[in-house]
Amino acid sequence: MLKTFKLGGVHPPENKLSADAQIRELPLPAVVSIPMGQHIGAPATPLVKKGDKVKTGQLIGRASGFVSAHIHSSVSGTVTRVDQVPDASGYPRTGVVIKVEGDEWAEEIDRSPELVRACSLAGHEIVEKIQAAGIVGMGGATFPTHIKLVPPKGMKAGLLIINGVECEPWLTADNRLMVEKSREILVGTELLMKALGVEKACIGIEANKPEAILKMKEATVGFSGITVEVLKVKYPQGGEKQLIKAVTGREVPPGALPVAVGCVVSNVGTAFAVYEAVQKNKPLLERVVTVTGRDLKQPSNLKVRIGTSLMEVITYAGGLPEGTGKVISGGPMMGKAVASLEVPVTKGTSGVLLMPGEQSGRQPQLPCIRCSRCASACPMGLEPFLLMTLTQKSLWERVEKEKVLDCIECGSCSYSCPASRPLLDHIRYGKARVGQIVRSRKN
Amino acid sequence: MNASLIYTIVTLAGIGTASGVILYFVARKFRVIEDPRIDTVEKALPGANCGGCGYAGCRAFAEACVKENDLAHLFCPVGGNEGMAGVASILGLEAVRKDPRVAVVRCNGTCEHRPRVNRYDGVMTCAIIHNLYSGETGCQYGCLGCGDCCVVCDFDAIHMNPVTGLPEVTDEKCTACGACVIACPKNLIELRKKNAKDRKIYVACRNEERGGPARKACQVACIGCSKCFDVCAYDAITMGTNLAFIDSDKCKLCRKCVEVCPTNAIIEVGFPPRKAKPAVTETTTVNQ
Repeated sequence: MLKTFKLGGVHPPENKLSADAQIRELPLPAVVSIPMGQHIGAPATPLVKKGDKVKTGQLIGRASGFVSAHIHSSVSGTVTRVDQVPDASGYPRTGVVIKVEGDEWAEEIDRSPELVRACSLAGHEIVEKIQAAGIVGMGGATFPTHIKLVPPKGMKAGLLIINGVECEPWLTADNRLMVEKSREILVGTELLMKALGVEKACIGIEANKPEAILKMKEATVGFSGITVEVLKVKYPQGGEKQLIKAVTGREVPPGALPVAVGCVVSNVGTAFAVYEAVQKNKPLLERVVTVTGRDLKQPSNLKVRIGTSLMEVITYAGGLPEGTGKVISGGPMMGKAVASLEVPVTKGTSGVLLMPGEQSGRQPQLPCIRCSRCASACPMGLEPFLLMTLTQKSLWERVEKEKVLDCIECGSCSYSCPASRPLLDHIRYGKARVGQIVRSRKN
Repeated sequence: MNASLIYTIVTLAGIGTASGVILYFVARKFRVIEDPRIDTVEKALPGANCGGCGYAGCRAFAEACVKENDLAHLFCPVGGNEGMAGVASILGLEAVRKDPRVAVVRCNGTCEHRPRVNRYDGVMTCAIIHNLYSGETGCQYGCLGCGDCCVVCDFDAIHMNPVTGLPEVTDEKCTACGACVIACPKNLIELRKKNAKDRKIYVACRNEERGGPARKACQVACIGCSKCFDVCAYDAITMGTNLAFIDSDKCKLCRKCVEVCPTNAIIEVGFPPRKAKPAVTETTTVNQ
């Protein structure tokens, strides 16, 4: 029997329409708008000003603070403005807008497709290179990778888990990357193992990606210590804690880091970016984005430069179908509907999903029938119905006691509710409020 | 038959008397000594339990008044100066006098002035929308229109206008308790000085963006041109980030700022209609 996590979980229709679509490169857009805050933590400080000429791969934003990441230019051209640009939530954030002129790359970047495996760098040098390349978790959480690789004092990782689960329906970017760049991912994994000082790594892939499993298994021959673990298809297995539970059977305590149980988890996309950064000197300036939808002409996996607008990506895949109700950045479960199509692709954009109007609306909300499906579906063992009610009543102390901060916002509760109650909407708000209260208590 | 009835009555009466005696002594022993003035003060308060004073209710406020023995930092906005004078006379203290205030919604982004650029179909509370994204219109500072302010109002003083999509305050009912001010995630509601005949002049905009984008999102946005600032003779206007603010305590209601505002972001309420238009244009030219 295939391994999986124990508690909760759901299995939405997979709809992986673009699973066989080869990764294509999106032609260079005319303008890119690169936000300075594409990661969890403090936004980077812009280093360029209006009128500056930049090359592809040039550092344009310096990390400010401990939890932060560098930002590089994804194109060559002229900076037209450094200004407030709206992000996916519609709120303006500092960003650099660059007019594309040609495609001149920084000299140190090796653009040849040959695989480079040998690496003479020591562990800490690899971490430095990863930091310099501005690499963040590419699964969507966008936590700066270099911080993850240096566990807090007294803690030691024993196992690196590479997340190739891609449990979100519709998305296929990681799947294609594993099929097409399996050896590069493994070299990246090897580098991450060296940086962490671990001997073992395990790549977790869900059973619905047979081609990726085959390719990765084939490629692991010749890489010592790396194994592939086929997992049962269940959402949200791509969650860090769920994946650790599925692969090792260990449970990360509430509020603790995965390294507390000796594990570090990285996405396959991150492993690939690490390979490119360390072996090819290429900073994180492009990523694979799945663009898909029922009515979309050509569901695809595209290699997109950071800062390209969603509109550009959709147009290349056949244009916005008539009757589109929502455009979701990310997958259907955890992704967010965007307020405008001018929103740029960032380091964490794993997909663009176009939902037809008749499917994107909400069902009318009915009274809770106490069926407890939300509680059975919650992978964190919380009681979503209770969290929602307490949030509605603004009983923040009780919301905190009910462990709202452990919620991973996977949406399994709202998905499984037969009364279409907006559980996650309320819980997310409660989590934000409790988060504020907890932070103000610390200061 | 008769005997058992008497027996029952005597027993019950006996238990009752004994319990009464015990309760009497227990109550004396564990008596909580409370200042009788707390009750008197509480009776003098409006009894709305709105929390506008910053305390959990009228009882808590009354306790605070008696305990503090100084009314300098205590004020019941619902009772106002009269109510506080009553409290002060009970306690033999001096109450601070405050100008009566009224809640004012500083956004004029009606459906007509501020077009929608997307549609939201989630949970209809401003708090959740604010937490999620910038809102249905291009202005991230403006009213979200879900009426969190109306829900929290204990005095039935603020209602959503279905035509404009904005909340409207009924001045006579508003007690300036400040519940709506706290409820509004966009900080649009301000407690401003209450003038005679409920006259008001205020900048109905909180948009801090530069003129261009602000105007693109909303026709009546403040673009931060400073014309009102220049024309004000009473130093009532301050310029923030691309945004003017009129201090209601300094404003003398001269209406000069209203005339010069190029985007009609400054609103006048409760004034008689102006003279014919040409006259207005003339004054504007003079002011410029």
